[in-house]
Amino acid sequence: MTFQLFLFSVLAFVAIVSALGMLISRNAVYSALFLVLNFATVAIFFLVLNAPFIAIAQISVYTGAIMVLFLFVIMLLGAERSGAGETIRWQLPLAIILAIVLLLEAGYLLMNQKGLLSAVTTQPPVNFGSPGQVGAILFKDYLLPFEITSVLLLVAMVGSIVLTIKAKR
Amino acid sequence: MLPVNYYLALAIVLFVIGALGVLVRRNAIIVFMSVELMLNAANLAFVAFARFWQSLNGQIFVFFIMTVSAAEVAIGLALIVTIFRTKDSIDVDQINTLKG
Repeated sequence: MTFQLFLFSVLAFVAIVSALGMLISRNAVYSALFLVLNFATVAIFFLVLNAPFIAIAQISVYTGAIMVLFLFVIMLLGAERSGAGETIRWQLPLAIILAIVLLLEAGYLLMNQKGLLSAVTTQPPVNFGSPGQVGAILFKDYLLPFEITSVLLLVAMVGSIVLTIKAKR
Repeated sequence: MLPVNYYLALAIVLFVIGALGVLVRRNAIIVFMSVELMLNAANLAFVAFARFWQSLNGQIFVFFIMTVSAAEVAIGLALIVTIFRTKDSIDVDQINTLKG
């Protein structure tokens, strides 16, 4: 248990610091790389939580595909240092106040959940979260949402091509 | 396994950082990355609860959220590229007119 707590603390620290780095850094490329680090630590959390398939999907989809797309667009546009124009004066303080209010509210709700405080001692079933089990549920109970997902991806693909194609004059 | 509270607290902190990024930053790409951070925080909460209840349904939902966010990124970045072509800027303060 102590080792788990140590692992959690270190990884949580890395995750929060990389998220803050994403928020603060002025260069968009650094932000993207901080976000890659954050996604990788969250993938390790998934591994700890008995979700190996989701962890690998996180690595390959998020840090592999999505962030490469982000970096590609940042470098394509040359927009690393955008956002230095005039600002609304009260925007930053108001945003910080609102974020603190949200944090306090969510923390209060979390503290009121007595049932979740106990450590989970039961071992998960064998192969819990393995690709085989996830696939079995995905193709039995969630077959219709899975098929709708494929339509969604097709629409996204066609939509992004239509949006970026240059009209022939 | 540690109590689910720990993971939920981490998810809350990550979500709030993402929300703060949406409110504060004016570079549209960074705003977009903050949205991804918020989705990822929700994923962490889903997986923690899936382990807590010993049920794989939470992990299936994470799978679907990943798909939706991939589609969202493709469309959103296409929109950003299009806006950059017409306005030469992706500052969200500049995007205040409907006319391109």
